[in-house]
Amino acid sequence: MATQQIFSPLPGIFYRKPAPDKPVYKNDGDVVAESDTIGLIEVMKSFNEVKAGAAGKIVRFLAENEDAVMAGQPIAEIDV
Amino acid sequence: MAIKKLLIANRGEIAVRIIRAARDLGIATVQVYSKADKDSLAVRLADEAIDIGPPQASKSYLNQAVILAAAQATGADAIHPGYGFLAENAEFAAAVEAAGLIFVGPTAQSIRLMGDKVAAREAAASAGVPTVPGSEGRLESAEAAFALVEKTGFPVMIKAAAGGGGRGIRIARSAEEFHHLMPQAQAEALAAFGDGGLYVEKLIEGARHIEVQVLGDGRDVIHCFERECSLQRRRQKVWEEAPSPSLTQAVREKLCSSAVALAKAVNYRGAGTLEYLYDDRTGEFYFLEMNTRIQVEHPVTEMVTGIDLVREMIRIAGGEPLRIRQDEVRVGGHSIEVRINAEDPARNFLPNPGTVNALSVPGGDGVRFDSMLYQGYTVPPFYDSLLGKLIVHDKDRQSAIRRLERALAELSVEGIFTTKPLHQALARDADVKAGRFHTAWLEPWLESHAAALATAQPPSAVKVAP
Repeated sequence: MATQQIFSPLPGIFYRKPAPDKPVYKNDGDVVAESDTIGLIEVMKSFNEVKAGAAGKIVRFLAENEDAVMAGQPIAEIDV
Repeated sequence: MAIKKLLIANRGEIAVRIIRAARDLGIATVQVYSKADKDSLAVRLADEAIDIGPPQASKSYLNQAVILAAAQATGADAIHPGYGFLAENAEFAAAVEAAGLIFVGPTAQSIRLMGDKVAAREAAASAGVPTVPGSEGRLESAEAAFALVEKTGFPVMIKAAAGGGGRGIRIARSAEEFHHLMPQAQAEALAAFGDGGLYVEKLIEGARHIEVQVLGDGRDVIHCFERECSLQRRRQKVWEEAPSPSLTQAVREKLCSSAVALAKAVNYRGAGTLEYLYDDRTGEFYFLEMNTRIQVEHPVTEMVTGIDLVREMIRIAGGEPLRIRQDEVRVGGHSIEVRINAEDPARNFLPNPGTVNALSVPGGDGVRFDSMLYQGYTVPPFYDSLLGKLIVHDKDRQSAIRRLERALAELSVEGIFTTKPLHQALARDADVKAGRFHTAWLEPWLESHAAALATAQPPSAVKVAP
């Protein structure tokens, strides 16, 4: 098993939930499929989904909900 | 009390605009900034700047306590909220005054009244201003709804009381359709929102968006004529002009007087805008809502009337009475504003923040560029995509459109995609040239012109950040 990182595709604000009153998309330790959404990036008031990009198990999130992130910044670690 | 030091509780192009107006009045300026905005043009131009926290607007530009503390720390005696953020927050306006400072805008009470859709409609009705015919609040039964639509006529919109943003809307074009759709709409509203409450409003198809600029000092109110902003995408205005190309003089007078009547009825103070739907086939207009702030598109009014609206609102906030009489407000020529956004029209208006490697700004007679850009500036991803507004003025509409094309050709923002090609295509369009459009015109036009827009902006002009 190798650990790899999921990177933010865009600069913006990172959200772990689809809406403020909803639960997080994924928790540390969750098993994910490649096409699973793990969070949202808000860029100039438009929302873009971040996909896991690989099947595996999320080790931990590196960015918190509502963190400002740069494009290419690692936002989670995943065991594939 | 004249204002000596003004704090600008906003960012971007409007912060720059307010700093300029304050400086023209000899007022010192304090610019608040989030960490993402420390290199902004507004920070560079202001006399002082103060850090108010992280990039997220909720933690900086919307953080009332931090903004009030910044005003106290810098000795500012007034706060200008710009548009968006806290501009129409009654609680903030009240907190500013409670702190012994001047809020450059209306009273908290006016903001609250006009921010409540039902209360604003009632105020309009009692001032004799027409509103879109429909139910006053929610309908309790299908029979009551039908009795109402027999009076308003078809087509009507059936809306979920708990809906919003266009969700849960159905259109009925006949009594038969209405009887068929009502129960469906009710069931759907109940399922989607947990509330089967509905209301009904007449659908004004092909309506134009026309708005009236007003200035009040709490006692007297004048209007500065109208703007037409019918070219919209997803309810966002993209192109605005003054005067409206579709109003007759008689309707213009009626419309502007109605705006003054309503603003007077609420003792309005400061700059405000009353928005209307206008049906140019019947000459009827309907009040939609009042925006109790300066608007993005205010420059077109300034260009045709010669009135500096931002300066006037600051003077009024400082306690001066209105300096302009209604009969002194005159419209000269025609003005058009286009919004230059960091969005790529070729890719469904994908936002693209990034660094402006090179910038050429148009100039010459009748051209104004209100923007937050400078060469080397990095547009942050955290706020809206408005980079600036290109405004032109000329003797008539046809000349203004030609001047707009000339100015757009001179504008060059390298490093990021902008909406410039959209405006170039619009300026060449026969319907736009003839003023033949309405609020639902642009979106289908964008679909039918997608191919032309896709090739309008060569990717080689843009270096995409890694």
